[in-house]
Amino acid sequence: MALDKQQLVEMYRRMCRIRYFEEAVIEIHSSGELIGPAHPYIGEEAVAVGACAALRDTDRIAGNHRSHGHPIAKGGDVNRAMAEILGKSDGYCKGKGGSMHLADFSIGILGESGIVASSVPIATGAALAAKLSKQDFVSLVFFGDGASNQGACHESMNMASLWDLPVIFMCENNGYAITTSYKNSVSVDHVSDRASAYGMPGVLIDGQDAIAVWEATNEAVRRARAGEGPTLIEAMTYRFEDHSLGLDKIRKSEYRTQEEVDEAMTRDPLPIHRSAMINQGFVTATECDEIEATVHTEIEGAVEFARNSPYPQPEDLYEDMWATPV
Amino acid sequence: MATKTYIQAIAEATIEEMERDKSVFTMGEDLRHSVYGATAGLVERFGEDRVLDTPLSENGFFGAALGASLCGMRPIVETVTSFLWVGMDQLISQAAKMRYMFGGQAELPVTFRVRMFYARGASAHHSDRNYPVFMNTPGLKIICPSNAYDAKGLMKTAVRDNDVCLLFEDGIAISSRTEVPDNADLPNGELLVPFGVANIVQPGSDVTIVGIAGGVQHAIDAAKVLEAEGVSAEIIDPRTLVPLDTETILKSVAKTGRLVVVDPAHKMCSAGSEIAAIVAQEGFWDLQAPIQVVASEQINVPYSPALEPLIYPTPEKVVSAIRTVLG
Repeated sequence: MALDKQQLVEMYRRMCRIRYFEEAVIEIHSSGELIGPAHPYIGEEAVAVGACAALRDTDRIAGNHRSHGHPIAKGGDVNRAMAEILGKSDGYCKGKGGSMHLADFSIGILGESGIVASSVPIATGAALAAKLSKQDFVSLVFFGDGASNQGACHESMNMASLWDLPVIFMCENNGYAITTSYKNSVSVDHVSDRASAYGMPGVLIDGQDAIAVWEATNEAVRRARAGEGPTLIEAMTYRFEDHSLGLDKIRKSEYRTQEEVDEAMTRDPLPIHRSAMINQGFVTATECDEIEATVHTEIEGAVEFARNSPYPQPEDLYEDMWATPV
Repeated sequence: MATKTYIQAIAEATIEEMERDKSVFTMGEDLRHSVYGATAGLVERFGEDRVLDTPLSENGFFGAALGASLCGMRPIVETVTSFLWVGMDQLISQAAKMRYMFGGQAELPVTFRVRMFYARGASAHHSDRNYPVFMNTPGLKIICPSNAYDAKGLMKTAVRDNDVCLLFEDGIAISSRTEVPDNADLPNGELLVPFGVANIVQPGSDVTIVGIAGGVQHAIDAAKVLEAEGVSAEIIDPRTLVPLDTETILKSVAKTGRLVVVDPAHKMCSAGSEIAAIVAQEGFWDLQAPIQVVASEQINVPYSPALEPLIYPTPEKVVSAIRTVLG
């Protein structure tokens, strides 16, 4: 099975959507409109998009603090995502979640978590629900190399393998947990090496290549739907920006060299995918330019939508606490 | 009407809810062999998929219960107070916050059945009465049944509730017997006790005693002692701490003018201190004496049988507190 033109183009569109969305967030942050932290996903777009391209709307995903890209890749609405980041009432969470807590349950986005690795058990539980209720959806959780050291990760992988749950553990190894290199925090060469300890396949892939991510995820999804259990995928990627907007102290630190960053940025996932599509004859450069222009306009619209959306009202403060009112 | 133990009441509620709704399942450690007594026979009746024995991974399986609940399941998780600490990230950062943080999108119909062992020589790591910690975290419903009737009725309400409920099963009450009606004798064919409605255990006019969980029995025992001296005590069991029926407590204090709260938790920032604060703020002019809170001492639980009993509320301490407020 291979991706067709329509799928490849849609993947490129979503990668551009994430990139331009994040560029807009950075710009808005520098203008002072965005008050909280925000963690740019720039450089890692191929992982979210490649993974979500292998999923259905009914499949569930969960993410982490660096999760603007995941919901956009799953088909989320950039208007509502941007409004949420600005704390507006039209945001996905009516302004109550913000940058680290985007969620759209209607298309399987179970929400992002500010606590590293905290979504991993949640996604495992979603897969448990699929198994117990005999439904054929799968669950996929994005987490980083830093999260891979949390107990929640190990506990979840053990349970998922023990119970053959339809879950895909997608480790985005971007090299650093804030400033701590994964080489200084992971005891084995690769996070995926740990899979064998849980009795599941561990797959190491190039996370800058969306097609490679799709291929690995597609196989993991096939296994999951067939009742063969979980897969751990480690996508090697790189965070082009610093850890978080507004943390100038970290920006100035020397946890990684400029040479390393420059080298990593030569493997930008957007041009890699664009060239692949052009080289394989699926699209022309002009068509790609058109996609980029359309998405630029779309993101400008999202920023305008978010800016025009009203803030929540004081009376909204007490809403949304309980599903069964007290 | 038959009398049943608290543990039988929990078991009955579990079976009835699992029979009623196929999305209800149980998970926890050692359920299939019913180590804590409330899950006997469940696996034979409902099969292994609905009676999941988990690895010792509280943070992992608490979170898995939450994730399953987001996808249409209604898990009942069995655990122990002291093991809640192991799964705190999932309880605080996810269970309590997901719904609000996601603007009301999440429904988390999970019931945590939390056995609260204490006063049995189990030392500091197995004697926690930690419900007040969770009262301080918005987003969790806190249920503290003091007897079998309420245990069954509140448990069934919790399973049907669409929010995360922590039901604390008081270890000193767990073998006590209460009359629990058979379903056939109930007008609706089942026993449901609503949240946020306190039970007036006995009416009285001289002093209000609010008992939390096992503290209710201490209140009853103390009231009996003073009844012989002509003291009329009104005993109130809030049954749920979140939501808390403050109206019933304030009304009672308006009548008696005196309040003693009996709370097995450690005193600082306890349910007892919260109730005392509410009455001090909202019922101050009804009070004829300073409020007394009889709670556990603010020290860790010691092992020695010579020391451990000294830290908890007892009927004697409650009697003494009542004498204080009566002047």
